[in-house]
Parts: sequence; C-alpha cells; structure tokens
Amino acid sequence: MSAVAPATNGAAARASDQRMRLLGLSLLLAVACALPFVVSNFRTFQLTLVLVYAIALLGLNILTGYNGQISLGHGAFYAIGAYAAAILMDKFGAPYWLTVPVAGLVCLAVGFLFGLPALRLEPLYLALATFALGVSMPHLLKYKYIEGWTGGVQGIVIVKPDAPFGVPLTPDQWLYFFTLAITVAMFVLGWNLLRGRVGRALVAIRDHPIAASAMGIDTALYKSLAFGVSAMYTGVAGALGAIAVQFVAPDSFSAFLSITFLVGVVVGGLASIPGALFGAFFIQFIPNIADQISKAAPWAIYGVFLIAFMFLMPAGISGALRLGWRRLARRAARRERA
Amino acid sequence: MHQVLAGLATGGIYASVALALVMIHQATHLVNFAQGEMAMFSTYLAWTLIQAGMPYWAAFLLTVGISFFIGAAVQHFVLRPIRSDSVLPLVIVFIGLLVIFNSVAGWLFTYTIKVFPSPFPSEPLFGQRYLSSHEVGAIGVTLVVLVLLWAFFRFTPLGLAMRAVAQNPVSSRLVGIRVGWMLALGWGLAAAVGAVAGMMVAPIVYLDPNMMAGILLYAFAAALIGGIDSPGGAVVGGFLVGVLENVLGAYVVGNELKLVVALVLIVGVLVIKPSGLFGSVQVTRV
Repeated sequence: MSAVAPATNGAAARASDQRMRLLGLSLLLAVACALPFVVSNFRTFQLTLVLVYAIALLGLNILTGYNGQISLGHGAFYAIGAYAAAILMDKFGAPYWLTVPVAGLVCLAVGFLFGLPALRLEPLYLALATFALGVSMPHLLKYKYIEGWTGGVQGIVIVKPDAPFGVPLTPDQWLYFFTLAITVAMFVLGWNLLRGRVGRALVAIRDHPIAASAMGIDTALYKSLAFGVSAMYTGVAGALGAIAVQFVAPDSFSAFLSITFLVGVVVGGLASIPGALFGAFFIQFIPNIADQISKAAPWAIYGVFLIAFMFLMPAGISGALRLGWRRLARRAARRERA
Repeated sequence: MHQVLAGLATGGIYASVALALVMIHQATHLVNFAQGEMAMFSTYLAWTLIQAGMPYWAAFLLTVGISFFIGAAVQHFVLRPIRSDSVLPLVIVFIGLLVIFNSVAGWLFTYTIKVFPSPFPSEPLFGQRYLSSHEVGAIGVTLVVLVLLWAFFRFTPLGLAMRAVAQNPVSSRLVGIRVGWMLALGWGLAAAVGAVAGMMVAPIVYLDPNMMAGILLYAFAAALIGGIDSPGGAVVGGFLVGVLENVLGAYVVGNELKLVVALVLIVGVLVIKPSGLFGSVQVTRV
C-alpha cells in the first residue's frame, strides 16, 4: 500500500505538471502574439531574429545536446540556408515562403553527407572538422567561379515581403508572425522527434555508444541523421534570417557565427528544448547590453558574462530554472505535509 | 624550393603554438581555444617592457615568467571552481577568455599595428637568400623548446607526476600528487610556450590583437594531424601544415582557396587515420 501511494501521487503530480506546462505554453504564445503590437518596428525585427536564432539553436541542440557531437561549424549551414533562399528569390523569382522548406531540404542533404565521414572522428577532431567547415564557408562563397550566383563579396539584396491579402500589418509585424508560425511548427516537430524512440536513441548514443549499438541502435545512421536534421533546422533559420535582414553577404557568416551558436546552446541549456529560446535571447541581447556597459571593451564584458553564466549555472539557464522549480515544489510539498 | 622553405618558416610558428596546445591537452585533456589570444597578450607585455627600455632577452625571460603565472592563475582561479560533468561549459569559458584577452589587449594597446623587434641579425645566414635569419632563429627556438619539454616530461619527477595526473587524476591523488597544482603547472607551462611562440611570430606578422586568429586554427590542425598526445608529432604536424599551405597556395589553387584546400586535406587525413599520424590509439574498456 505504501509503495503504491507515492506512485499514484506521482502520476497525479505529473498530470498537474502537464496541465501547468500547457497553461504556461499558451500564455507564452499569447504574449508572443501580443508583443509586436506594443513595441516598435525595430524591436519587432529584433524579436524576429530571436525566433530565427531559436530555430537554429534547437537544431544545434539536437546534435550537441542530445547526440553529444560538438559542432563549431553550424554557421556554414545557416549560410547555406540563407544563400539558398536569396538565390531562389533573386535569380528565380521564387516566392519567399517557398524558399524556407527548400533551404531546409538542401541543408538536410548537405548535413547528412557531411555527417557520414565526420562519424569516424573523435569529439575533438569533429570539432576541428566542423570548425574548418565554418571557416571555409565565407571563402567558398566569395569564390570567383560561382560569383554569378552568389554575388561575390557584394552579396545579394532581397526585398522585404509585404503582408498578403491586405492584412493591416507592417512588413516587420507580418514577418514576425510568419517566423513565429514556423518557429512553433519546428518546435512541435522537434519535441515529437526527441521525446520518442529517435530521441532516446540519440541520447543513448551520446551516453554510451557501445551499449547503444549492442541494444540494436544503428549508431552510424542515427548520428548522420542527427547531423542532417540539425543542419535542416539551421538551414530553415538561415533562410528566415536572410528574409528578415533582406541581405546576404559572405562576411556575415564568419566562423564567429558558429561559435555564437554554440555559446547560445550551452548558455540556454544542453539537451533542453526551451533552452534554445533562452539561448536565442542571450545571443541577441547580451552583446547590446555589454556595449551599453562599456564602449571601450564591450567584448571583455561579454566574455565576463559568459564566464559568470557558466560559474552560476553550469547546466545553462533552463537547467538552473529546472533546479529552482524543483526546490520550490519540494518546499511546497513539505509545507502541505506539515 | 623557396615555397617549401618559406612554408617551413611559417610551419615553425604553427608548431610552437601547437606545442602549447598539446601541453594543455597533456595536463587536462582539453583544448584551450584561448591559447592564441593568451600568447598575443604576452607578446604585448614583452613589447611594453622593450618600449620601457629593457634589453630584448631580459624582456623575453621576464615575459615568459609572467605568462607562466598568468596561465597558472587562469587555471587556478577561473577553471578550477567550475564543477561540471560535461566539457562544453569549459569550452564556453575558453571562448569567454578568448574574447576577454582580445578585447582587453585592444583596449589597453589600441588596434594599431605595431612593429615587434627580432633578436636575430637582419642579414640572412650562410649567404643564402631563401630564409631570413629570423625565420631560421624561430625554427631553432621551436626545436629547443621541444627538446626542453621532452626532457622535462621524460626525466624529471615533476614531469612524471604531471603525466600521471593527466592519465588518471584519482589514482594520482591517492599516491599523494597535488592534482590541482599539477594542472596549474601545466597551464603555466603552456602559457609560457605560447608566449615564446607569440614573440617569435610577432616580427613576421606584426603585432596586433587579431594576429593569432588564423594561426590558432592552423596550430590546432597541426596538433591534431600529429596526434594530440604527442609533442613531437605536433612539431612535425606544424611544419607539414606550413609547407602544405604555402605550396598549395603558390602552385595549385591560388591564394583565395588555400585555406579551404589545406583544411580539406587535414580533415581527409583524419578520416583515414583518426588519431593523427603519431598519436597513440586509445583503447576504451567497456
């Protein structure tokens, strides 16, 4: 009897937990929908970028957080997605909404192919290989024989889309809602992917590759798939980012972008879906805050922020929140019992 | 021929930074992304000392000493307190250190490019025209550092203790080795080697806060090609990467793509031989 009671208790707690989570999510969505009507167009644009980064970070988190493969080159996939969108719109006159899935598919293929040889590499060596990819990408984009497509150093300028069907929204607001819809879709997709069989397989490979393959998980296939899916997310983000800033050029996709993505993933929280959103806020707004604190050496402040975050929350923002939430719940339970 | 020799000269630089990376990896099994920036910062210290009127070699030795303490202090005060099962938070701390060193150097010493003096005579040695005597000297210094490090790890009790800590920290602590101090020592040594590398590079590439950006990548590649646990391999890897980069850039693909091609080759080598040319294959027990 005493063994059963906590179990049913746990089930009840889980059900109420789920209800709380659903409530929280709808509240979050409501706030996200209301925001563009209360803040300026520029802030709306910044929030759009936050959503874009959140998609990219979720992609990198699938690879690094869930599957344990470090990538220092996701800026390259972001660039491929951005250029795919820009070239489709500029050279083929494709509508902007069509470029997003195409960019995703292109990156899925490239990521899967890159993942195949990268499988053999130990973590450090994989970090080098992906970093090499990130460093080479701007040089490849400037390469003179494909200048006709990529516009070389000049890059490509795209036109910002207007709201369709005469909806009374400014272009910034419309783009925000367009991005928000895709973000929600990508997060639901990611959540479904990660909580089931595939997610468990990825985590098993991260924690113990030999045991995972002994249990019948096709390690090579899942690792390359993780690479491909992760690249697809980043590519979708790249396409949306290109449409939002209306411009692509090789130098906006330097190796620094890849490092920023990794920073976002770890600061937000590894192997955590909401972590992607926290990380996105961090990489969008903290550099500005650092700039306001010290004009002379903003990056030193940024570095101090990074180290301080890792000191205080080694499991990232979402890890710290989870810990705090659990403490509160335990305290509440104790009070109930008393 | 000239391209090969020029490649050897730049290779010497990659080799010495790669040595510093291998040092930290020997001591902690981590790769320090801030290594290049720490070396750059040390070079600025040397520059300041020389500007203040100190003779070159005195400034050289003092800088190496100060760098040793900075390295040990970074390990002791910044890295040691972080408790984490995963290496990723440490990687983020390295990135944080990188931007801090870079930004502080730019702030203290400004971003204008400075000329750094060379300790070697300006006439080429032995009447040949291919290598300046500074380049020969830099290669020589790299080799001397390599031999010193090898002797330190091979023959001294302290070196043995450091290798033990890297291999098995728990057992080392049980036999009475101060693990924390060994790690700090490893970081100090790496920072000192990095400082030497920085002072050898600066006369060639000129001194500015971003001088190490490209070098660190090549050094990383060199260390991995040679095998991350082998100091000798790091030096060979450094020379190899330098020569490859120069020859490819001059004859095969031109300057724009030489970075890309060099990196593709490196990754290719790693796919065929995953633990590097001279690295030992790690066997894991299940």
